Amino acid sequence: MTTNAINAIEMRQIVKQFGSVVANDRVDFSAGAGEIHALLGENGAGKSTMMCMLSGVYRPTSGDILLRGERVRIRSPKDAAKLGVGMVFQNFRLVQTLTAAENIVLGEKSSFWRGPKWMKNKQEEIASIAGRFGLAFPVDRPVWQLSVGEQQRVEIVKTLYRGAQFIILDEPTSVLTPGEAEQLFATLAIMKAEGKTVIMTTHKLKEVMAAADRISVMRKGRMIHTVDKAHTNERELARLMVGKDIAAHRELPDRSPGKALLAVSQLDVYADHGRKALDGLELHIREGEIVGVAGVAGNGQKELAEVLTGLRAWKRGSIVFDGRPFKRASVRGAIEAGISHVPENRMKSGLAGSLGLVDNLLFKSYRSKERAKLGFLRIGRNRTWSQSLVEEFDVKTAGLDTPVQQLSGGNQQKLLFAREIHHRPKLMVAVHPTQGLDVGATEGVHRLLAQLRSEDRSVLLISEDLDEVMQLSDRILVLYGGRIVGEMPRGEADRERIGMYMAGLHGEEEERAV
Amino acid sequence: MSERQAAAAVPLEPPKPSSRRMWAYRLEIDPSRTGSPWWMTIVSVLLALLLCGIFIAANGMNPIAVYDKMIRGAFGSSFGIAETLVKAIPLLLCGLGVSIAYRISVWNIGAEGQFMVGAIAATAVTIYFPNLPIYATIPLMIVFSLAAGGVWGLLTAIPRTYFQVNELVTSLMLNYVGLLALDYVVFGPWKDPKGFNFPGTPMFNEAQSLPVLGDTRLHMGLLFALAAVAIYALLVKYTKWGYELRLIGANPEAARNAGIPIKRHILLVMLISGALAGLAGMSEVSGVSHRLMYGISPGYGYTAIIVAWLAKLHPVGLAVSAVLFGGLIVGGYSVQTIGLPSSISNMIQGAILFFLIAGGMLSKFRLRRNG
Repeated sequence: MTTNAINAIEMRQIVKQFGSVVANDRVDFSAGAGEIHALLGENGAGKSTMMCMLSGVYRPTSGDILLRGERVRIRSPKDAAKLGVGMVFQNFRLVQTLTAAENIVLGEKSSFWRGPKWMKNKQEEIASIAGRFGLAFPVDRPVWQLSVGEQQRVEIVKTLYRGAQFIILDEPTSVLTPGEAEQLFATLAIMKAEGKTVIMTTHKLKEVMAAADRISVMRKGRMIHTVDKAHTNERELARLMVGKDIAAHRELPDRSPGKALLAVSQLDVYADHGRKALDGLELHIREGEIVGVAGVAGNGQKELAEVLTGLRAWKRGSIVFDGRPFKRASVRGAIEAGISHVPENRMKSGLAGSLGLVDNLLFKSYRSKERAKLGFLRIGRNRTWSQSLVEEFDVKTAGLDTPVQQLSGGNQQKLLFAREIHHRPKLMVAVHPTQGLDVGATEGVHRLLAQLRSEDRSVLLISEDLDEVMQLSDRILVLYGGRIVGEMPRGEADRERIGMYMAGLHGEEEERAV
Repeated sequence: MSERQAAAAVPLEPPKPSSRRMWAYRLEIDPSRTGSPWWMTIVSVLLALLLCGIFIAANGMNPIAVYDKMIRGAFGSSFGIAETLVKAIPLLLCGLGVSIAYRISVWNIGAEGQFMVGAIAATAVTIYFPNLPIYATIPLMIVFSLAAGGVWGLLTAIPRTYFQVNELVTSLMLNYVGLLALDYVVFGPWKDPKGFNFPGTPMFNEAQSLPVLGDTRLHMGLLFALAAVAIYALLVKYTKWGYELRLIGANPEAARNAGIPIKRHILLVMLISGALAGLAGMSEVSGVSHRLMYGISPGYGYTAIIVAWLAKLHPVGLAVSAVLFGGLIVGGYSVQTIGLPSSISNMIQGAILFFLIAGGMLSKFRLRRNG
């Protein structure tokens, strides 16, 4: 623990609940003045939620926040700014068409008249702050013309301009090139020298070791440990981050996997902004096998799911499913080949919230002869069919015409599974299938996945929940930088190894092993 | 049980009651609400009448008497009813057109322009093939107007699908192109040489005019409009195509996940949307004015947008609101005799749209008691 008598920031026994989901469970956190503190954890560990409470975006369900030893109530980002807390979000809060300087003075209440002279003075003031902290960017250019790295600098200067003493950076390096990250760390060092408190959330171990003084590790909404950098190493941090306890294995009956179902080789896929998301990916799935893909978000998971379900085109390589090669990206083709999809965000891309249950169940099958004839939907028959699915999958609903947005998250997911399972897919691509679900609903989803396996069907389970992946998968793959960097069978998977692979440390681990 | 599950199972203290607030009630957005309840439509119309009543009273008239006069003018006689239906025909066809586009959130406000080019194309048949028999002329006029309106719709849809150009801008701008094209032909090449310089084409002959009912002006276009509504109702409710439109309208990203080609649907829908407005233009020149002339539309294409909103894109609602707005136009003419300008009906139209949109906005909110 720190030697300071009074911590600049102290958060005590913080609890934050979203509905029935606990994001932070009695978390203690503290950081001193003149300190760079890294908050480390996997996605969904609760780091950002903690920081959002500090910056007034959320309010804690219970617990206290103390700044400079005094208990404070932070009700809004405005309150936070008054108290000297500034946050740089992962997704920038900038007005694209305004200049950098205009963005920074935005929200300032003083001086009604803002002539060219006033603006010129402000620009000079901003440039001098930026210069002091080594954050160069063109102040008079519209933000949309700036690079991502420059936009981040605008955000940082915005907090400094408002006189922030406590600066929070949420995943600051996720958008930066390695060179830009180096520059950022130099800036953080200057802030530290001026006595400011800097907190950065991240899941990148190397950066933590490069930049931070102290490191707090969170896992599953709880604070695991806080250490000084001098007393730890990457290996220990990786272990803390993923936990060492073995998750209780789900009893899956032993079975020898069947014949090859999916063979992906040398696959190159580009993401929306031209970044290479999958880089020579190799993936093989057999019948009756659950293959878990672990990895930190942004390493190609989204693109992998999209390319297999026909939503995204690939540049190079081949996909052979059930003996037939994919010719081009086609969602219909994938559906007809027997690939079903549980997408990442069910309300965004899996269900149509304002429509009823019948319409939502018809998504994938309305083209079939049982559901429609000569272009006309078989209304009566489809209703009976929907009713039977609702009963079979135990979806709790007021009626078949209830808009699905009124169902609970668990029931929405049951409905989605009902749709994706009933036509007996050969392969299900399930992305974060239990995200946002409570214990009971999670258990239900796991049971359905295990049942698919017992029926000789395959599942590609892409999840950030390592427990889930370890519990259910016959084989665990780790995706890092668009490649499968680690693969281990069910029995041999251990969290530490997976954690190292996830953090991109596989190369070094092998060197050490030699 | 995994660790997270264990964490979630721990009972937690209930959230502390929030601090005292200034007001006893607060407005809260209810995300589960989409669209407004059915009675909002009626409330909007009543509020619009109330608001316009204030203006009428300010002009020194009794609003009740004025409304009474309007209703009598529009629905009080067989002549009035026929006139109202005559106005309802283009409103229904255009309203239907924009409704189909609105179903998938394509904001086509170009029905006016599509109506114009439809009218021009239908007239082109009479100019270039003047002596065809009725059974050839009328179908040819229909086909030409559908094609022209459809092309006009595609001129909006293609930039929208392939270059992300906002369809509001293009469809609105194309209205002026259509209007000016019409002005050009009626002032220029197609002007009736025997028309004493009147900006219009020569009168259509019998074979080029739609049959009318008795001695009223009510023409066969009504059948086109009703048939189109019936087909629309059938398509959106009972077919795979209608289901696909419903899905795209409700959640385009989910529709993409279901393998529905959204771009193709936007193109097709705008083609149909434009074609229906084009048909309205044909039925207006061939059924009512019997010539193409300057100022052929008093803004049917724009009023159609309000018709569609008032009907909530519902087929039966479209028929009802088209007749209502037709009556509003006819009623507006009838109050001219007591010294009010006919633009009173434009004012009521505008007020109805205003209250409809405000109502839709406000029904997303719920009044909650603090505490």
